[in-house]
Amino acid sequence: MALKDIFAGAVVTTKLKEVVAWGRKNSLWPMPYATACCGIEFMGTVSSYFDISRFGAELVRFSPRQCDLLIVLGTINYKQAPILKKFYDQMCEPKWVISAGACASSGGFYNNYSVVQGIDEIIPVDVYVPGCPPAPEAILHAVLKIQEKIDSEARNTVELLPAV
Amino acid sequence: MMIERLQQVFPNEVLSTYTTAVGEAVAVLRKDKLHDVLAYLNQNSDCLCEALLDLCGVDYLSQLKPGEARFEVVYQLYSYQHNHRLRLRVKIPAEDMTLPSATDLWVGANWFEREAFDMFGFQFAGHPHLKRILMFEGFEGHPLRKDYPIEKRQKIPFPQEIP
Ligand code: SF4
Repeated sequence: MALKDIFAGAVVTTKLKEVVAWGRKNSLWPMPYATACCGIEFMGTVSSYFDISRFGAELVRFSPRQCDLLIVLGTINYKQAPILKKFYDQMCEPKWVISAGACASSGGFYNNYSVVQGIDEIIPVDVYVPGCPPAPEAILHAVLKIQEKIDSEARNTVELLPAV
Repeated sequence: MMIERLQQVFPNEVLSTYTTAVGEAVAVLRKDKLHDVLAYLNQNSDCLCEALLDLCGVDYLSQLKPGEARFEVVYQLYSYQHNHRLRLRVKIPAEDMTLPSATDLWVGANWFEREAFDMFGFQFAGHPHLKRILMFEGFEGHPLRKDYPIEKRQKIPFPQEIP
């Protein structure tokens, strides 16, 4: 006799790491690293009209130590690079990074002496968002992609947490 | 007029003078006695340029004619007392990029000269703190020189390397 017959729908069986991932993906704490115009789009994304809180990521913290989702919005130049790296290093594991906009992803049209040609030269990136600037829907889409990624990491990795 | 006085007092220093279409007085100078010229314009009671409005560099690489200096340092001077302005274009040959600092005459020249040093590599002799101001320490080259390669990339500085 299967477990589900014994408990007759009153109990759901799952894996611990999947429950943890389910909690994580629905309560992301974003840290916006906004250096230029793309940051304005993030303001639109978090406020009521587009409302990022529909996806559980509305609590914006301005300390990297309290966040698990770094959203880089804007042009990163060489002088910013060590600061961004330090921010990333200060975030606790597990952490995810969205590179929003052409500038953060590739340097955009700033093909010059002072701009880093994509933040992936400094830190690892999970999701790139195209656009100059990306529309708020695109940033929301990136959050959904991060959620998918958290889910699939839990399903497909061998062991995320130590056994309890 | 300030520009005629300048020609009388420093006949060997002033290479040419002209007035732009909108009436701005411009003097082209050689750099040998630059500090004397600047001190004269700053202190002489008929000139009395108390303000150095701007200082910048120019690279004429693409228009270079034989025997001409490649660089220029441009001073924009203004006198509150007399309400007159003067632009100085000082010729700087690429072989010898040193010129006297104006920080003893105008304190505000400090950051202007650091920027011109950063972007073009002018050596301002007598500057109290001639370090890069816009680019980071460890940046190689001077990015506003016309022969700085557009696609040149620098080594990205990391946090532990910041002094
Ligand atoms: S991608 Fe466009 S909108 Fe975004 S920071 Fe760069 S220039 Fe600004």
